[in-house]
Amino acid sequence: MSAPIIHMENIKKHYGNVIALNGVTFDLRAGECHCLLGDNGAGKSTFIKTMSGVHKPTEGSITFEGKPLSFGSPRDAMEAGIATVFQDLAMIPLMSVTRNFFMGREPTKGRSIFKRFDIETANEITMAEMRKMGINLRGPDQAVGTLSGGERQTVAIARAVYFGAKVLILDEPTSALGVRQTANVLSTINRVREQGIGVVFISHNVRHAMAVGDRFTVLNRGQTLGTATRGEINAAQLQDLMAGGQEMAALEGSLGGTI
Amino acid sequence: MSTDTLAHSDERIKAEPFLTKLMKRPELGAIGGVVLVTIFFMITADSTMFTLSGVMNFMTPAAQLGILGIAAAMLMIGGEFDLSIGSMVAFAGMVFGVFVVNVGMPLVIAIPLTLALAAALGATNGMIVLRTGLPSFIVTLAGLFVLRGAALVGLKLFTGGSTQLRGIREAVEGDFLAPIFSGDAFGFLMRWLAEAGIVDSFKSGVPKVPGIPVEILWFIAFAAIATYILLRTPIGNWIFATGGDSLAAQNSGVPVRRVKISLFMLTATAAAIVAIITVIDAGSTDARRGFMKEFEAIIAAVIGGCLLTGGYGSAIGAFFGAIIFGMVTIGLTYTKFDQDWFQVFLGAMLLLAVIFNNVIRRRVTGER
Repeated sequence: MSAPIIHMENIKKHYGNVIALNGVTFDLRAGECHCLLGDNGAGKSTFIKTMSGVHKPTEGSITFEGKPLSFGSPRDAMEAGIATVFQDLAMIPLMSVTRNFFMGREPTKGRSIFKRFDIETANEITMAEMRKMGINLRGPDQAVGTLSGGERQTVAIARAVYFGAKVLILDEPTSALGVRQTANVLSTINRVREQGIGVVFISHNVRHAMAVGDRFTVLNRGQTLGTATRGEINAAQLQDLMAGGQEMAALEGSLGGTI
Repeated sequence: MSTDTLAHSDERIKAEPFLTKLMKRPELGAIGGVVLVTIFFMITADSTMFTLSGVMNFMTPAAQLGILGIAAAMLMIGGEFDLSIGSMVAFAGMVFGVFVVNVGMPLVIAIPLTLALAAALGATNGMIVLRTGLPSFIVTLAGLFVLRGAALVGLKLFTGGSTQLRGIREAVEGDFLAPIFSGDAFGFLMRWLAEAGIVDSFKSGVPKVPGIPVEILWFIAFAAIATYILLRTPIGNWIFATGGDSLAAQNSGVPVRRVKISLFMLTATAAAIVAIITVIDAGSTDARRGFMKEFEAIIAAVIGGCLLTGGYGSAIGAFFGAIIFGMVTIGLTYTKFDQDWFQVFLGAMLLLAVIFNNVIRRRVTGER
């Protein structure tokens, strides 16, 4: 097995007297999809925000490509190659796919005052990148608002990949999607992984995680309950871990095993 | 590449008819409006309205408003309003008048100083909006009163009690920069065309239209540059992104603060340019200059397809919006209608434009 791209050891994060993370250990290798599972309030968001440079950990160490690292801002993390696709996607519905794709990083041609947005190149790249992800746009000038939720998710992922992400963090990419769109996003994750990018897939849906995950780490009450490799664990066991075992068993009993 | 696209094309997507494509352009409403208004006046107005001199007649006020309207449109696309531009015209006019008449500066110093002062005030507006996080509507509403009042006080101070400052034309007479900001351009062309019998001339052979008023050229240049910036430069993309969702833009690395402050500087500077042009033209300045222009500029921008919520619109739209304005204000004098119908028309036009824009926005974003 290759060395991990990113290794986070015993991360703790306190907000005043609230302990959001209490010792989380997590690593990610190139070309794998590592699922981070946990119920609401388990600390998933805090943890990925630490990884993407939004928060500084109170304690613990981050090693990125073999070197100890401390990100000052999300920008630092992005430049190092850690891209995060948050749930709001940072997409502007009224703007075209191309304009969204290159927002803030527009390719230019010409010099000094004649320096201009190279819209032809931008359009070509956008169409090509989207086709690689299995989405055929009507045209590069199609507004993002006309895309489905899954397609928007894919644009955001394609954008992160195009701009050189080595680690791609996806924050609940499937939570608001229908069945078919979920399948599309999961196959996008698969494509990204095949390109050698490490994917951190955050979810509280065990089935979605099982579909693409190579490894699974479960968070509960700010702590890791352990990491399992694909094949070592089944969906029911993961579900139990996420919910913290006991109470869930009792609940499930009363609901007749429907969850 | 095209065959590749065809091979993968989605069977559920019909080829988009040209008309639907056209419907998605933000400036469509304004162009449609120009056509309608033209037809209306072709039927009701005296035929002299559409002669060359008639056109210059309505294009002049359209140009003065349009320079403001295009700047207002860019700011609106960036997600903010500037209600202080009308008062800025009065204030910058006063400052310019004082520079030229009381201080006796040549234009080459007075104009850059006036523009710089206006830009600084615009930047202050932007700074306050960004620092406080208040809606720009309120912040610049304060500016509307402050600048109008300051213009009045300043005029009285420098004229010894009058609200009008005279003698500007005499002061700038013969200045080498004056022809860029006042009078008519391309006089030679008009004389040549008159000699050739292409344009109307008086019996003496002098063309009826001595040249193109400079503000019209400024107006066209403004529209062209603004359109280029919006559609063909990274800065244009940043403006759309900032207005569309400033947080998303910020997270994607767009310098949102710089974009907004620059846009506020632009509206203020545009107001100062209009002030300089109109003040030299009139030869005097007074405290009522630019009255209500902030609203007219915003209306021109809205007729031109700008959404009140930002992130969508066009400079070409505002260009045509301003032309509609000019045609209606001046055009009514060529008809038998009471001129005061103007405001009724304006209100109706605004309402229609907003409803129309809303429909367009839904189409663009695919909402149903």
